[in-house]
Amino acid sequence: MDLSTINPVLLIASLMVAATPLLLAAIGELVVEKAGVLNLGVEGMMIIGAICGFAIAVETTNPYAGLLAAMVGGAVLSLLFAFLTQVALANQVASGLALTLFGLGLSALLGQNYVGIKPPAMSKLDLPILSDLPVVGPILFSHDPVLYIGIALTAATWAMLKYTRVGLVLRAVGENHEAAHALGYHVVRVRVLAILFGGACAGLGGAYISLIRVPQWTEGMTAGIGWIALALVVFASWKPWRVLLGAYLFGGINVLQLNLQAAGIAVPVEYLAMSPYIITILVLVIMSTDKSRAPASLGRIFHASQ
Amino acid sequence: MIRLEKRPQPSRAWSLLTPLVAVIITMFAGGLLFAALGKNPFEAIRVIFYDPLFGEFAFYYRPQLLVKGGPLILIAIGLSLGFRAGIWNIGAEGQYIMGAICGAGAGLAFYPTESVLIFPLMVIAGALGGWAWAMIPAVLKVKFGTNEILVSLMLVYVAEQMLASMSLGLLKNPEGFGFPGSRNLQGYESAFNSELIAGTGMHWGVVAAFIAVILSYVLLNKHILGYNIRLTGEAPRAARFGGVNPTRLILFCLGISGMLAGLAGLFEVSGPAGQISIDFNVGYGFTAIIVAFLGRLHPVGILLAGLLMALTYIGGEIAQGTLSLPAAAIQVFQGMLLFFLLALDVLTNFRIRLAAKGAAA
Repeated sequence: MDLSTINPVLLIASLMVAATPLLLAAIGELVVEKAGVLNLGVEGMMIIGAICGFAIAVETTNPYAGLLAAMVGGAVLSLLFAFLTQVALANQVASGLALTLFGLGLSALLGQNYVGIKPPAMSKLDLPILSDLPVVGPILFSHDPVLYIGIALTAATWAMLKYTRVGLVLRAVGENHEAAHALGYHVVRVRVLAILFGGACAGLGGAYISLIRVPQWTEGMTAGIGWIALALVVFASWKPWRVLLGAYLFGGINVLQLNLQAAGIAVPVEYLAMSPYIITILVLVIMSTDKSRAPASLGRIFHASQ
Repeated sequence: MIRLEKRPQPSRAWSLLTPLVAVIITMFAGGLLFAALGKNPFEAIRVIFYDPLFGEFAFYYRPQLLVKGGPLILIAIGLSLGFRAGIWNIGAEGQYIMGAICGAGAGLAFYPTESVLIFPLMVIAGALGGWAWAMIPAVLKVKFGTNEILVSLMLVYVAEQMLASMSLGLLKNPEGFGFPGSRNLQGYESAFNSELIAGTGMHWGVVAAFIAVILSYVLLNKHILGYNIRLTGEAPRAARFGGVNPTRLILFCLGISGMLAGLAGLFEVSGPAGQISIDFNVGYGFTAIIVAFLGRLHPVGILLAGLLMALTYIGGEIAQGTLSLPAAAIQVFQGMLLFFLLALDVLTNFRIRLAAKGAAA
């Protein structure tokens, strides 16, 4: 084993890349849960985003068209969830699971002809002097644009929830949908929009995996990242900046275990590969002692007649 | 304007009808999907739903119905108990894997000793393996209030890695020329879960599934525990005031579902699959979720739904061969079924009224 092959600067730079799909999906889910809806279909929406983005990027040879398609794909799939839970008033847990099972199947079907293809590369940020700086350059100034979008989205979500009227309405709907309804807010409309936003974010996160992080298409390539994103929202106590922190933490763990695998540490590969999931469980245990931050109407069905 | 009006009682007729209607609508939607893939939809539906039962090679496929339905029913019965009480074990796939590893491990430990005690011992080990794996989310939920959905799901990925580790390491066949995977239990008489009646597909796992259906029916209808499970699901507040102990309920529901999933894994590894290998699990644990819902969380319903799902698996495999229908198409088909079922469920709980907007409620 040779730990000196692990370069800390590259480690930090690559953990930011590893964290971005998680961050995007978790921020989307955070907004959905703030509106009082629990969408367990993140994994399904991510994998649909991954294949939609990949396919369109390959067909148009334009990675940005791919990213857009991924957002649309994720949002369209989430629309199914919105219909089930907001119109047909179905159980949110079951509907979310259905979304994931369906998404995994559909992505495998759509992706049959895209296995083993290389997608068009996305250019990275290249600022004249800044990107060439030692240490700071690779960490801060030479990533792909989506990574910065993720961070900007975190800031925007934070500001939206804290300072804007839209954020206030969203939180009101999530905390007490009866009161929000009585005040004249359209509970269902707000929730459908939140669900669509969550779907688009998850789709973008999925495409980040297939277009930038890996970059290629394999069946089931999201490998539970959507579920970790769900856990991350709990970990973050529904606060955007803590989602960012958590995503970097998980990204760090993942990159570290991959580096340890490469460095030939004397632990079998399988046990290292388990570690992100086990750590997710541990974190959930630590965080779940305090449930007070969860939106009060989370997961409850709203029907105006009641 | 369409308006939904909550029924005072869920409609019994719709509750029975929705799975049937959902299956029919899924066949239509599936036909469209197959047409979009460039296959003749009528032929595809016939190959999937008719040929395995009444086609030329039905004698071969009919037993498969039990082989594939057995584990699905066994797992879904366990899941349905928890689902009724709002306890969501969605990690049955992981418990299935752990049951198989523990059960096969127990058997292989005695190789090549022959004894009638080995198979019962494997059954116990398999059940315990699944049970223990499900106890992790159960205990964490009881002790710390951790979300059992996420924990049980995370443990699926851990179990998959464990499976890989076992088939490459501890349980690897020493005479396997370096290929991953354990010894084949089909060649080890004491450990082999063979067909009980030749040519029927009936093995111990199928027997266990039928027993589980009966016991769960008795439990839900005749036993106080089953009553408490139903009460907790239908009226959580009443259950709390009625003195139902949620801790015991969580431990019981997750424990039973884990145990049954573990048993399903053991019967599969010692019978149809034969060995522990990296690709041993094929998603029964997840499909069983669809089976549980399609069967309305009712034991008899699950029995029928499990057989139907098994039919789509078998039909899907035939269609792969004869029509070169992609394997994923069946997965999509199964997913659609759950969608339509959930969407139609609105009819069970609500009345749909055509009314002017803003009319008096």
